[in-house]
Amino acid sequence: MDENYDVIVLGTGLTECILSGLLSVEGKKVLHIDRQDFYGGESASLNLSQLYSKFKPSAQKPDLKGRDRDWCVDLIPKFLMANGELTNILVHTNVTRYIEFKQIGGSYVYRNGRIAKVPSNEVEAIKSSLMGIFEKRRMKGFLEFISKYDENVPSTHQGLNLDSNTMNEVYNKFGLENGTKDFIGHAMALWSTDDYLNEVARPTYERILLYVQSVAKYGKSPYIYPLYGLGELPQGFARLSAIYGGTYMLDTPIDEVLYEGDKFAGVKTKEGTAKAPIVIADPTYFPEKVKKTGSKVIRAMCIMDHPLPGTNDLDSVQIIIPQNQVGRKHDIYIAVLSDVHCVVPKGYYLAIVSTIIETDTPHVELEPAFKLLGNRLDTLMGIAELYEPASDGASDGVYISKSYDATSHFESTTDDVKDLYFRITGKPLVLKKRSNSEEDEGLNGLE
Amino acid sequence: MSFPNPATSVKLVLLGEAAVGKSSLVLRFVSNDFQENKEPTIGAAFLTQKCTIGERTIKYEIWDTAGQERFALLAPMYYRNAQAALVVYDITKPASFIKARHWVKELHEQASKDITIALVGNKFDLVEDDEEDSLRKVSVEEGQNLAEEEGLLFFETSAKTSYNVNEVFIGIGSKIPDSSANQPEAIRENNQGRIDLTSNNASGGSSGSGDCAC
Repeated sequence: MDENYDVIVLGTGLTECILSGLLSVEGKKVLHIDRQDFYGGESASLNLSQLYSKFKPSAQKPDLKGRDRDWCVDLIPKFLMANGELTNILVHTNVTRYIEFKQIGGSYVYRNGRIAKVPSNEVEAIKSSLMGIFEKRRMKGFLEFISKYDENVPSTHQGLNLDSNTMNEVYNKFGLENGTKDFIGHAMALWSTDDYLNEVARPTYERILLYVQSVAKYGKSPYIYPLYGLGELPQGFARLSAIYGGTYMLDTPIDEVLYEGDKFAGVKTKEGTAKAPIVIADPTYFPEKVKKTGSKVIRAMCIMDHPLPGTNDLDSVQIIIPQNQVGRKHDIYIAVLSDVHCVVPKGYYLAIVSTIIETDTPHVELEPAFKLLGNRLDTLMGIAELYEPASDGASDGVYISKSYDATSHFESTTDDVKDLYFRITGKPLVLKKRSNSEEDEGLNGLE
Repeated sequence: MSFPNPATSVKLVLLGEAAVGKSSLVLRFVSNDFQENKEPTIGAAFLTQKCTIGERTIKYEIWDTAGQERFALLAPMYYRNAQAALVVYDITKPASFIKARHWVKELHEQASKDITIALVGNKFDLVEDDEEDSLRKVSVEEGQNLAEEEGLLFFETSAKTSYNVNEVFIGIGSKIPDSSANQPEAIRENNQGRIDLTSNNASGGSSGSGDCAC
């Protein structure tokens, strides 16, 4: 198959698959290759044997019920924000047709040694067990400010300027306690460090707004999750790409990357030579063109046979342990899922704990989370170095995605998608609703 | 027009070697149309078609492979919750029949246990007027035997002349268990709490475009 393409994509992780889909829809001729024999790369969901062969190759699997493929364990735990950019992309590309979503049952935060639901509106703030009676009123005032803020109506600004006041100044205006700042900044604005406190308030305001609007959309929490695991997402976008003419080759290692001068020219595989002026790849395909970000993530996948204590037996929940609460610099995230999302057989629960490593004994850093989980049937741990491209791809035509970070949602992934899209095409990504008519041809045809 | 029962939705997946006529069969079924020298499948890989069998109406959601079977495995998503499958081969191409065996095996491994599978030998038009039977390379018996061994429905069809095409879909429809009452428990339970991203995003817009107006 010696052929010419507009773009070659290496790796079927989510970032690569979204770009592959978007470019195919625009009429680009795309060749998409993965050296592995399954879709998803680092953003795959693994079945039980794949999971154990990756993380505990020599260990005996515990005696667990269900078929192998009843387990879909995400390598990178994340949730979608109901109102976030990935949801937008899914809707605008119609990939929602291939994937079904359910809500995550709750969003919890850790404060003073226990967990409680994150209040997302004034009513919930008043009921919340996270704050004392006076602090609740201050929190109510703060949430009212967020929801009523209108760029064009200065009276709603309450004397604050989101572009010059720091977030800490905004908090102080409402007299909020440090512990309250912790859960607003970490469990609502979803910052993983405290750097934002001394930066201008606008990005934090926008993040809180995204959280509040996402909760308002379906009610229980701001998060949604695909049935059968996050691995469905790259598969869905790969299907979109294929429908628009993208060619897929899995189980196909790259034998050689071809250059003309310094510019990317193509790849050699067992199927022959494929040429293209541009390549999009995950960091593992160009180790010489990426650098370490300096951060490492530890992720622990915990198999349990009970829901998380203190959550009213929720079938799924996100828990954030803000750094300050446990004397750290980075938050610890816990994502809990069950058979309701078709990722474990009935009766089991899966908790994935993750954080940025700060010490030489990373597993010990997860202890505060393990304490919340209660008894675990088994725990599988992995550490991942995070990479980013060393250059922007303009000079060599090699566009490399970033590693999936430790954040609990996909907003940084979609930022990377948009940034890559802009660098590759020279124009910003504008999401247009794909016409349904072509696919629905025949819907009203024969009867 | 009213139906006695609400339509049962059935996900039907297509499998078979390239160029055996998978998309052509669907095009014939859905639009009663045929295109000579059709390009490999691009752009339309999710078709729906209602089919009335006696008292029941079945709404097929037909998933085409979108060519992903050429150099790659089909994604697990493709087989997920499929209730019916067409395994298509070309009766003038023995290699496509060997490939059909492979797809049947793949279905037994990947798809749900109670999936209804039809084995379809396509391009019957090519052998119809062929007195010496020189073009036919896969005999009716070979197809029948494979179908019997594996418990499949069996048809020879022509997407070009429309011979036996509707019969395939009617045949599958009559084998599909009646509506959600017979769905596996896991699937039924899981219908609770599903959210429709599209409808919630269409605030102020028109109602869901996927609705059938008929």
